[in-house]
Amino acid sequence: MTRTTRSIPNLRKRKFRYPLLVPAMILAFPAPGQAMHISEGILPAPWAGLWFAVALPFLAWGLHDLKRRSGGDPHFKPLVGLVGAAVFIISCLPIPVPTAGTCSHMCGTGLAAILIGPVLTVVITSVALALQALFLAHGGLTTLGANIVSMGVAGAFSGYAIYRLSVWIGAPKYVGVFLAGLFADWCTYAVTSFELASSLAGVDSWKTMFLAIGVAFMPTQLPLGIFEGLISAGAYRFIRNRRPDLLRAIEEGVA
Amino acid sequence: MKKVVLAGMLIFFLILGLWLGLTQLKSKWPGVDEAVVERFARESNRPPRDPYINPDRGDLLLFFFLLAGVAGGFVGGYFYRELFPPKSTKGARNA
Repeated sequence: MTRTTRSIPNLRKRKFRYPLLVPAMILAFPAPGQAMHISEGILPAPWAGLWFAVALPFLAWGLHDLKRRSGGDPHFKPLVGLVGAAVFIISCLPIPVPTAGTCSHMCGTGLAAILIGPVLTVVITSVALALQALFLAHGGLTTLGANIVSMGVAGAFSGYAIYRLSVWIGAPKYVGVFLAGLFADWCTYAVTSFELASSLAGVDSWKTMFLAIGVAFMPTQLPLGIFEGLISAGAYRFIRNRRPDLLRAIEEGVA
Repeated sequence: MKKVVLAGMLIFFLILGLWLGLTQLKSKWPGVDEAVVERFARESNRPPRDPYINPDRGDLLLFFFLLAGVAGGFVGGYFYRELFPPKSTKGARNA
């Protein structure tokens, strides 16, 4: 039995509650229906299908990872549940950005990738996006694959990569977490720009449209990405102060 | 004390920014999906269509969001308490 298991020994008796996780997340967290998600019907069918095809292997990998890790540390499932709920609320909570006069939201995938790993982040992002598309008029079912790729795959993997790189070069972990939040946000919108430009522009005008969409996102996302980095670093600091054992377990691959 | 000052400054500047934005800008504060994504989609003759399940009718969407908030608050709080139990509870459990 691990040290973390001993700290809350009766967690194992509560396994029957965990199947409630996904349906509970269906109803998780409020927000008005404005977001960066690509709306229903915007992508032509072949492109929508292509983005589903790109997203599916990551989703399968994530589900396999979830199954593999579920039998281990008893803190794992509560952590996935909490991170999933957080990603859901963060990704449909529009924040007014005074510099742009528009609203947008953070992604939460950078911090999520650090806490539960990038492939599991793809799974929880997929669940969150699917629920938003189904019940909150937020994103779309036909554009779900594209939204999973931009927010789940690109956001999680870019955030995780920059965090690992920061740790590897010896930067303080807070800096790594800040950069993970920042780049996860910016990469999400960069990939959204790529997806839109790829499907909407002709071959000749692809670059022009990609840059135009990217520039249009900037006034909102540049400050919001910095804000997300700060929030991520703050959340990491909170966990380190309250549960340093949990972070050690994450880094050792126990949780 | 230092934390209180920092938190106070952060809150002050956030409120100031929001107040300036709300009072000085004439923007309708659209989401970037509307301001960017859908604008480029319309310009490319691919306007968005209504969601297949459209709860945006009257107060229905508000109802869904409120319901989601109630349930989501419970779910988040439940798992938060599992991971970050109050110190007295944690001590009692370890005893």
